[in-house]
Amino acid sequence: MNIIETKDVCVSYDKKLTIHDLSIQIPKGQITTLIGPNGCGKSTLIRTIAHLLKPCEGVVYLDNQNINQKKISDIAKEMAVLPQTNNLANDLTVQELVTFGRIPYRKRFSTLSKEDHKKIDWALEKASLKDLRNRRLSTLSGGQRQRAWIAMAVAQDTDTIILDEPTTYLDLTHQLDVMLLIKELNEKEHRTIIMALHDLNHAARFSDQLIAIKKGVLQVSGPVQDVITKDNLRNIFDIDARIIEDNSKPMILTYNRWRGGQV
Amino acid sequence: MNQKLKFSINLISGIILLVLLAILSIRFGANQNDNSTVFNAIFNYHSTDINQRIIRDIRIPRVIGAILIGAALAGSGALMQSVTKNPMADSGILGINSGAALMLTLSFVFFPHLSTQATTIFSVFGAAFTSILVFIISSLKKSQMSPTILVLAGMAISAFFAAISEGLALLMHLKQDLAFWHFGGVSAVSWSQLNNLGPWIFVGLAILLLLAPSLNLLHLSDDSIKSLGKNINVIRILALCCVVILSGISVSLVGAVAFVGLIVPHIAKFLIGTDYRQIIPLTLILGADLTVCADLVARMINPPNETPFGLIISLIGVPFFIYLARKDGHNA
Repeated sequence: MNIIETKDVCVSYDKKLTIHDLSIQIPKGQITTLIGPNGCGKSTLIRTIAHLLKPCEGVVYLDNQNINQKKISDIAKEMAVLPQTNNLANDLTVQELVTFGRIPYRKRFSTLSKEDHKKIDWALEKASLKDLRNRRLSTLSGGQRQRAWIAMAVAQDTDTIILDEPTTYLDLTHQLDVMLLIKELNEKEHRTIIMALHDLNHAARFSDQLIAIKKGVLQVSGPVQDVITKDNLRNIFDIDARIIEDNSKPMILTYNRWRGGQV
Repeated sequence: MNQKLKFSINLISGIILLVLLAILSIRFGANQNDNSTVFNAIFNYHSTDINQRIIRDIRIPRVIGAILIGAALAGSGALMQSVTKNPMADSGILGINSGAALMLTLSFVFFPHLSTQATTIFSVFGAAFTSILVFIISSLKKSQMSPTILVLAGMAISAFFAAISEGLALLMHLKQDLAFWHFGGVSAVSWSQLNNLGPWIFVGLAILLLLAPSLNLLHLSDDSIKSLGKNINVIRILALCCVVILSGISVSLVGAVAFVGLIVPHIAKFLIGTDYRQIIPLTLILGADLTVCADLVARMINPPNETPFGLIISLIGVPFFIYLARKDGHNA
């Protein structure tokens, strides 16, 4: 079953058409990752799916309903979105940030309910931030900060979580922490994850489905093994890759720039 | 310490300080009064007693004016800082000061015999018109309002209008008439002005207090706010209306008083943290404290002459501003 579908979507940004006639299906309960070179429209597509950009043509369906016909307050109960740069809110404490995740469920002027407190605690627990809950974001490492933002999305308690390049600017270990956390949310809590990633090996290792885009046009989509192939990588990234198998997932070892057949 | 307790202590101390300052300001000035005269002027008024009349007709409206204007300027400063996500913002950024000044100058040029009342209303419109203009310019570029462009448009329009009004003032020899406005002060606030404009300040302050919980959202990016199911533009537009009402009226009444809107919200944040439901009420009280105190000092430095109270506030404000800029530099 598909949680999100786009049908013939065109998106323009700053008056330039950045996504052309794109139709994709994102299955429920899986991790789907968008890959593609810089400027290919990954972020634009993520933002369109997340209802942050309006397509100029075509329709985005969330749970088989046209997303434009839904109220944004209802959408907020179905999907949580983690935008790309989160260098704001650094004065807040981890707990204050995570509390924002409960906004879709709160009435105006109401205080936090028991349920709210439970979900906040549980989100902090998931992201291993219980001991840091009263620290300000500005005093945390990049990885801890990103986990705090993910915890906010977790507290939003939605079936779907959308993340735009969640590992950017993090070092190796912290990247892995974030990816493992995302994987855990998918496996243990059956959340649908949609994200954009730069690192192809992370994408290959942690995703169920891949969607590859180049210059705003869908190149190939499907299970990881079908997408990570020598031909596809050459076509999408202009690289000549050596692919091996590791834990039954494809892994890209080293690659060279593709120079018209000469390596 | 418990956050709520901390907030209550700060707020109550602020209110007690305000009451003390208000009593001091009613007693002291060019004309000193004792407690019994003050008491009688309020509860047992005889219009034949000149001291009682000074208290009733000059001192009390002046103190009430200082309280309202301090709260209004500080509150709209807090609002601007949160809406533009710029810690250095105050209401001047929307072009409100320059718009009010321009209309004031124009009214002096074209209608030199208007009453103070009428010129005040003129400058309220000037403030409103300029901020709407700034607002329109800043939303021309993109579909959504960008805080950076808002700030840039505000600065550009401010500089432009300031140039026009300065030029006109020079040409028409109005420097003397406008001087009081540039230094600012609550000394001329009268009961009739309070009756006309006071209720509007209360409306503005009420909107501000209602907006306070939503301002917390502005810690996040527009994308995050939208994906939490909230419409940020509604909050922004309400906030800007509120700023126009509050600072437009204050600036028209007391002149271009800088720094109240800039420093007071920072003091409030320093004292109690990041929750706007607490920052806003505390900011209002502290703003009133600062203006009443500055007005009192302005009268006491060199009596019976009045030192312009804008100068006193700038004297406190500038060092604080530099401290703030330095502190921000360290964090970056």
